[in-house]
Amino acid sequence: MTTATNLLEGQSLSMVFGGLSALDSVDINIKKGEVLSLIGPNGAGKTTLFNLLTGVYSPTRGKIRFKQRELRNMKPYDITKMGIARTFQNIRLFGNMTVLDNVTIGQHCRTKTGIFGAIFKTPSVRTEEKKTREKAMEVLKLVELDDVWDEKAKNLPYGKQRRLEMARALATDPELILLDEPAAGMNPQETNELIGLIDKLNDMGKTVLLIEHDMKLVMDISQRIMVLDYGKKIADGTPEEVRNDEKVIKAYLGDTHKGE
Amino acid sequence: MNAYYLQILTVIGINIILAASLNLISGYTGQLSLGHATFMGIGAYSATLISIHLGLPFIISLIIGGVVAAIFGFIIGVPTLRLKGDYLAIATLGFGEIMKNINLNLKITGGPMGLRGIPQATNIYIVIAAVVLTIFAINRIINSRVGKSFIAIREDELAAEAMGINTTHYKILSFVIGAFFAGIAGGLYAFFFRYIHPSNFGFMKSIEILCMVVLGGMGNTYGAVLGAIIITVLPEFLRTVSPVISQYRMVFYGLLLVIMMIVRPQGILSQDFDFTLFNHGLLGYKKKKGGQIQ
Ligand SMILES: Nc1ncnc2c1ncn2[C@@H]1O[C@H](COP(=O)(O)OP(=O)(O)OP(=O)(O)O)[C@@H](O)[C@H]1O
Ligand SMILES: [Mg+2]
Repeated sequence: MTTATNLLEGQSLSMVFGGLSALDSVDINIKKGEVLSLIGPNGAGKTTLFNLLTGVYSPTRGKIRFKQRELRNMKPYDITKMGIARTFQNIRLFGNMTVLDNVTIGQHCRTKTGIFGAIFKTPSVRTEEKKTREKAMEVLKLVELDDVWDEKAKNLPYGKQRRLEMARALATDPELILLDEPAAGMNPQETNELIGLIDKLNDMGKTVLLIEHDMKLVMDISQRIMVLDYGKKIADGTPEEVRNDEKVIKAYLGDTHKGE
Repeated sequence: MNAYYLQILTVIGINIILAASLNLISGYTGQLSLGHATFMGIGAYSATLISIHLGLPFIISLIIGGVVAAIFGFIIGVPTLRLKGDYLAIATLGFGEIMKNINLNLKITGGPMGLRGIPQATNIYIVIAAVVLTIFAINRIINSRVGKSFIAIREDELAAEAMGINTTHYKILSFVIGAFFAGIAGGLYAFFFRYIHPSNFGFMKSIEILCMVVLGGMGNTYGAVLGAIIITVLPEFLRTVSPVISQYRMVFYGLLLVIMMIVRPQGILSQDFDFTLFNHGLLGYKKKKGGQIQ
């Protein structure tokens, strides 16, 4: 079922932690250029799926193919280089580094200065450093953080930290970007700006996989929505289809789960 | 200059190289090493043996000593730095004991007699040149793509991997560079004191170097320099005040570490401390700038 329009295909992905089955035979296909949202109650296995796609864990069962290549045994840094970038649900910035350096590091896998280049600072190294800084500033402009480029990352307010995580991921030059609850902790105005930003990324040709609890955001920007519940996929379709799906309604309104 | 002061200056220089190189591993990359003196010892013994048995010139022997230390750093780093957690601390601790026993028992290293009669080749100019080159190289590394990867690993290893950094590779690289400079320091030491013994490079010395880094400020090269100066000069000063105190060096280091952890865990010069500040004529704390863009 490999088709050229699928950028990523995950087949019957399962992940077991100890005795707990966090994901159970989940299929996921991501089409090139789409915004796909992943929703589901707390503990449904959404972040676990991100961790499988980015090589943080290898699946207990199942296969992942990205751009027709199987990701088995690939390390997170190999996968980043192939073109998948992510943000973290619990912000994981390089807190003591500047905003600019955080984004510079994002370009690590697209640059190549080594130890001797660093010490002798050859002309080609200087050129690379200059380009890296310029590109980092460009990305910071895109997320509107260019005015705080020399702040320490840990001193930024929460909403800006979330955007910096996106900038850092974008700096890796991904084809597919995975956003884990980017609106968490944002106020309504920041959330609106975030919607604009994700739209912009999509217009730039980035494929987006989004985990989000904010339903307005999800319904606004998703071309397709996939729903997980207790590690199983219970729905996959357009926002309209998912909104009216009985299983989804039950998962969200059922008494064992907290509604979002 | 008075020979006594010249000796203190030389030791300060050697200790600066040791502290700055350990700071690269522990302060910038966040990997705890408890055996930095072991690499100093490897450099000291290799440089001496190469010079004695092969008759190579001093500078060449010195550099080979650094390279041999770096190779041992690689051998220790590869199995331990692949793992997440403080395995390096345990491995370096054990490795130090092993090297000490090897040096105590091998014939070629002079066993418990140590190696005597090493030619006097280290002088203050060579030490100053070595210090300047070391600080220069480490600063260049820290401000480069390589050094930023080291710092990213210290800040958040998982996020660093997600940014495309092969963390194992860079942790080993940092450790190998640190071992290289420690080896150079060892060579300088051997050709200055003209006598080396396994106990010169034992656990006590490793802790002393760690003290310099913690006191001066983890993750700040100038902090390591300051720490090296204080830890070298203070015992000398105390000795002139009261000879008894200098017998309790280890107690002093232990106390110093505990007090620093409580009073100023970031060290005298924190990570944020920027040396350019001296240009403003005041010694204070200021936010560090991250690049050249306005
Ligand atoms: N490393 C791990 N070890 C053990 N259990 C884990 C691990 N990671 C996740 N889990 C468990 O797997 C299940 C799914 O967790 P996951 O983080 O994927 O949920 P989620 O859908 O992202 O939830 P939330 O909306 O709260 O972020 C949870 O029960 C969680 O406790
Ligand atoms: Mg989650």
